[in-house]
Amino acid sequence: MLPAGDDPIRPAAPTPLAITLDGERLEGVAGQSIAGVILASGRLGFRRTSAAGRPRGIFCGIGVCFDCLVEVDGARDVRACQRRAVDGNVVITQHDALPVPPSSERGGRDD
Amino acid sequence: MTEVLIIGAGPAGLAAARAARRRGASVVVLDSSDQLGGQYWRHLPAERPSAREHTLHHHFRRFQALSRELEQDAGCRVLRNAQVWAIEQGGGPGASAGPGAVHVLLGEPDGTHRERLVFRPDRIVLATGAHDRTLPFPGWDLPGVVTGGAAQALAKGERIVVGDRVVVAGAGPFLLPVAAALAKTGSGVVGVFEASGTPTLARGWLPQPWQLVSAGGKAFELAGYVAGQLRHRIPYSTGRAVIAAHGTDRVEAVTIAGIDADWVPIPGTKRRIAADAVCVSHGFTPRLELAIAAGCALGPERFVTVDDGQQTTVAGVHAAGEITGIGGVDLALAEGEIAGHVAAGGTVADPAVAGAVRRRRVFARFARRIEAAHGIGSGWPAVLEADTIVCRCEEVTYGRLCSIADSTASRSLRALKLSTRAGLGICQGRICGRSIEELLQARTGGLGDGSSTDRRPIAAPIRLGELAAGITAHPATDHLTDTAKGTQ
Repeated sequence: MLPAGDDPIRPAAPTPLAITLDGERLEGVAGQSIAGVILASGRLGFRRTSAAGRPRGIFCGIGVCFDCLVEVDGARDVRACQRRAVDGNVVITQHDALPVPPSSERGGRDD
Repeated sequence: MTEVLIIGAGPAGLAAARAARRRGASVVVLDSSDQLGGQYWRHLPAERPSAREHTLHHHFRRFQALSRELEQDAGCRVLRNAQVWAIEQGGGPGASAGPGAVHVLLGEPDGTHRERLVFRPDRIVLATGAHDRTLPFPGWDLPGVVTGGAAQALAKGERIVVGDRVVVAGAGPFLLPVAAALAKTGSGVVGVFEASGTPTLARGWLPQPWQLVSAGGKAFELAGYVAGQLRHRIPYSTGRAVIAAHGTDRVEAVTIAGIDADWVPIPGTKRRIAADAVCVSHGFTPRLELAIAAGCALGPERFVTVDDGQQTTVAGVHAAGEITGIGGVDLALAEGEIAGHVAAGGTVADPAVAGAVRRRRVFARFARRIEAAHGIGSGWPAVLEADTIVCRCEEVTYGRLCSIADSTASRSLRALKLSTRAGLGICQGRICGRSIEELLQARTGGLGDGSSTDRRPIAAPIRLGELAAGITAHPATDHLTDTAKGTQ
């Protein structure tokens, strides 16, 4: 994040907050989105795709693409770009493995 | 008193709300965000006041005045965090002609215990706006590759520094404010790469230059961005595109190439440059799902068809802003004003909207020039490799899309979506839909079922628990909600 002292729009002193991401403490300011806090910590990818396990993070930034889904305080599938961070939020990254089709299980046994 | 429900609190929706109030209607404004202003006026939250925030925006004082007027008006209820997830068609046995019920979830985004509300307004103004359209290219799924809209939102709404070496690419005048917002937030912009070549730009921008003079505000806004580019020393080149992004867990470099008038890369022009972020937008996709669900007809260019009074083909449903044609803030404000006035019972011939009617004419012409200058070239798929992701949610590659399309005789978009899974993920095809349609169109030689990826009867995900919990009354809207009306 642009440090308040360097910002030409002259922001008032922000109110600090902290969340955890997979147990790691991240500091932010009141009013930031969860994605904002994560990006400001220097982390770009915070979800793994189901099939290829590839990292994803912010793409559209306006709630359309659903690439930034995280678990927040036990609730899954929250768009990190749309949810404001609240002090103490426990955020967990999501990797939703694809379900294993019954046919492939059976195929495994037959081998 | 006529009850007007306005969906979307960007420039068009806010202008509609004010006009409807001035014409004497009772107004409810819904927006899925917790702020007013839409994407154009995306701003810092109340927790982060800044003395000079207006310097990041155009017309920001106008926005502040508009939202203050509506918020202080007892006849206008503004509901934030209000996600419309379904809209019914009016009519049916025993029902009067007009819009159908509007289903809303009220509460924090993607929350678990949001309230369910149902509105049955006399009139609706749809002002749902648009989002970026970004065409797929190798590496576009890497973290650090974002849309221009994301870059804007992170800069204006979060003050996030996107990178030290940011590449801005795509097509359209929107690239300029994106670069400006990045620079004003402390990001280093390596360059802006506009896909349209100089001849195409000149064909769109140069004929009948007097039209630009009448669109003064818009032209000055763009001139301001050009001046900003010079001040921040951001190189701007035309006829160039990012044809690949490189990196393992995040973007580290891009390949830039010259492209021809159809956007096909020109051999021998590739250049690799280091980058820590890439912002790419090739235009905008209107957010049409609610209009389609309400039964509104679309025109051949796939925007909502409206008449002079911004009335759609469905009685009592009006539309304004980007869903009726991509035209920018001035056109959206003019259309919104007319839509709100007519929805509240006025007519387009009333002196109250004469100025808006004139501005609408001027800025609609301006919008047509932008499309002529920056429209997507038909050769864009030339950059795709077999392993390039084309549907981000379902991780469908271009190779898989083609091989499945080749191996089936089906020419139905619906059937091909089911067999390829492209466009079936959680974004409901919002990001890839139109690109997938174009790719399948080209591969199959023509799709036959007349369906489109714009149709989404459930407009936003709703949790099963919320669906099961039933409809709640909301004190702020008792006079308008289903529960209250049922007792009348």
